[in-house]
Formats: sequence, structure tokens, C-alpha cells
Amino acid sequence: MSPGKAGWRLVQRDLRLGLRRPGEWLQPLVFFLVVTTLFPLATSPELSRLRDMAPGALWVAALLSSLLALELLFREDGQDGTLEQLAVSGLPLPWLLLAKTCVHWLLTGLPLVLAGPLVATALGAPYASIPGVFAALLLGSGALSLIGAVGAALTLGLRRGGVLLALLVLPLAVPVLIFGARATSLAIAQDPMTAPMYLLGAIAVLSATLAPLAAAAAVRISLE
Amino acid sequence: MDWTWFHRFGSPPHFYRIAGKLIPWFAWLAALTGVAGLIGGLILAPPDYQQGEGYRIIYVHVPAAVLSTMAYAVMATAAGVGLIWRMNVAHAVAASCAAIGASFTFLALVTGSLWGRPMWGTYWQWDPRLTSELVMLFLYLGYMGLRGAIDDTARADRASAVLALVGVINLPIIHYSVDWWNSLHQGHTLLKFSKPSMPPSMLVPLLLLMLGFVLYFAAIVLVRSRGEVLRRERNARWIAELLGAPS
Repeated sequence: MSPGKAGWRLVQRDLRLGLRRPGEWLQPLVFFLVVTTLFPLATSPELSRLRDMAPGALWVAALLSSLLALELLFREDGQDGTLEQLAVSGLPLPWLLLAKTCVHWLLTGLPLVLAGPLVATALGAPYASIPGVFAALLLGSGALSLIGAVGAALTLGLRRGGVLLALLVLPLAVPVLIFGARATSLAIAQDPMTAPMYLLGAIAVLSATLAPLAAAAAVRISLE
Repeated sequence: MDWTWFHRFGSPPHFYRIAGKLIPWFAWLAALTGVAGLIGGLILAPPDYQQGEGYRIIYVHVPAAVLSTMAYAVMATAAGVGLIWRMNVAHAVAASCAAIGASFTFLALVTGSLWGRPMWGTYWQWDPRLTSELVMLFLYLGYMGLRGAIDDTARADRASAVLALVGVINLPIIHYSVDWWNSLHQGHTLLKFSKPSMPPSMLVPLLLLMLGFVLYFAAIVLVRSRGEVLRRERNARWIAELLGAPS
């Protein structure tokens, strides 16, 4: 089987499996909504004050819920041996992991991207900022999924995986958080947001290129 | 090119012996340069025209900050060598760098915040350098956490090596993004004593102390690596022979 075809099959399989268990991939979305609801409750309901916090609240919540979702990425396939089969299949493992990460993003990242503008407007962002908020989350959540895949692969099958995963991934996600929040706050202020978007795009491209390689190395090590 | 020296260095008994011979050299030179630098920095150097005596914490702060980065570079290089050539000794070196690097990072943070109190009027300022130093500390803690979470030494070595290499790619990005983050929030209002090129009486002790810290780091890494090699090779024949145990 050609790598392209295999990747496509893997995408189909993972999508089908994921869609059969909506509870699993809906949880990060619900978590995202709950966390962003906590911000006004913890500070003040005044929209003018919330507007200043909206980018931060949005991105911290997105980062945490993508972290929460990461445990779903490889866990099951690691336990039932699917990853092992992928590793010995003779197909390029980074490519297959990239396909898996894409599906993971479709199921857990895309809902956040779609819900992001809604949450932003609830936090006082003007309607005109919706495309900007959407675009920033689109690039940023992709990068977060890819960076997270490395962490998920490294902690595959570890007992204390959860907290460790956070400790590994959060420092690496700092640039995404900075540029994402920056782009979002520029969007809310209706200023041009090209500079942080370029940087966010650069990070997304870089992680799409390198993260699958590192994740593949980590998966192979975890399977040894 | 002849690479036998490289592979010989990778053999645990050889490494153990050479490291044992090098440690006193590094340690004594570190003590010499350290004492000379401290005398120069704390006694001979004049007080700063702006910061008075308070600036003298620079003599610990800057070397510690340099070392925190250098230790990461050494750790990642050793991890890469270990990953590529499957060299157990290199992994032992990487493992022993982590805790030392984390301590230097912590030291840099503490001295930085103590320095900040008289100069900026606050212990903690979200200054880009301090912040990226803090992120660096988290990276070290993650590395050590990953190592600690995996029981099998070989797997821990290789997994943490991948993490160290990912971190190396990420460190400059983190550094510059943090720089950019703060430069947009606010200019360097409090920090702006735009480094006047130091007079030699201040600079020489600083350089001496940096050298001293590097030598000290080298000595400690070798001590720890020797311990790590002993732990890993505890069942090997050469250790029994070394200790003169009846085989």
C-alpha cells in the first residue's frame, strides 16, 4: 500500500472510530466552555473588563483543553497494539502519526476553533473580530495538537502520564500561547494582526514538519 | 579521520578512569578562578555609579544564567550523541546534567529576583529574560520528570533524549517569543540602564567567575556521571576488578 493511501485509510478509520464515541471528543469542548465560563465568574461580569481578558482566557482554556484531549490521541491504539502494527508496517511512521494527529485535531481542535468566536463574543469581543479570532485559533490549535503529539508519544503507557504530559507540553506551547493571544487581542482591538499570524503560521508549519518525526521516534522508543 | 578515541571514550571503564583523572583538575581550577573572581568582584571592583554595591550580585547571577543555558546545550548534545550512537556513557552524562542545570537555573532566578528588589523595587518583574529563564526551569523539570517516570533505564534515556532535542529546537523560539511578548506590553522602563560597557575592573572578575562556574560545572558533571556509570554498570566485571573484589 502506498503511504498516501495508507494515510488516507488511517484517517478514515480514526474518524469512524472517533465519531462513534462522541462523548470522548466532546469532553474537551465542554471543558473549554466551562473554563471560559469560570473567568467572568471569578472576576467581573463587566464586558469592558472581560474584553481585556478575553484573549488570555480563550487561549489558556484552549491550551488546557487541548492538553486534556491529548490523552486520547495514542492511548487506545497504544494499548491494543495498533501503534505497534503501524510501526512495523514498513510505512513511514511519521506520516501515519501525522494522519492520526490530523484526525485528532479534527475531532478535538476544530470544535474549539468553531466555539472560540462564540466564547470571545460572550466575553465582550465585537462581532467584527470573529474572523480574526477564528483564524488565530485555527492556526494555533493545529500547532498545539502537533506539539502535543510529541508529548503524548513520549508518555505513552506511563502510569503517571497525565500530569507529566502537562509538564512536558506546556513549556513547549508557550510561543503558541503568546502569539495566539496576541493575535486575538489585536483582532478584538480591530488592529491589523498580520505579524503574530505570520509567526503563528510559521510555528504551525514548523511543528507540522518536525513534530511527526519526533513523535515517531518517541513512539518507537515507547514500544521497545 | 580516526574515530577510535570517540568510541573508546564511550566505553564505561575508560570514561570512568579519565573522568576520575580530570575531576581534580577542573575542581582546583574552578576553585582558583572562583576565589580570584570573588575577590576581584566583591572587594576590588568599584561600586557602580548608579546601583551602588547592589550590582555585585551580578557576579553570581550572570554566570548562573550562562550556565543554565550551557548545561542545557551540553545535556542536549550528550543526549543526541547517546541517541545516535547508542552510547550509554553519553546518556549518563545527559542524565547528570539535568539536575545541575536546573539548580543553576533556579540560582539565576533567585539571584535575579533578589537583584530586582533594590533595582526595580519588586522581587518579580515579568521581564523577558526572567520569564524565559522560568520556562527553562520548567523544561528541566519536565525532562527530569520524564526520566523519573520511566523505570527502564534504556527507555528513559532515549525518551528523555528526544525531549531534550525537541527542547533545543524550541528554546530559541521560546526565548524570542517571550522577548517579543514583553516588548509589546511595555518598554524597558525600569531596566534601562543600557549596559554601559563595563570597565575592566568589573568585567575581569565577571569573566573569571564565568570561567570558574564552567569549570565547576564540568567537575560536578563528571562526578555525577561517574556515579551514574557506576549505577548503570553495577553488575559489570570491571567494577569488581576496580574494587579488588574476588571474582
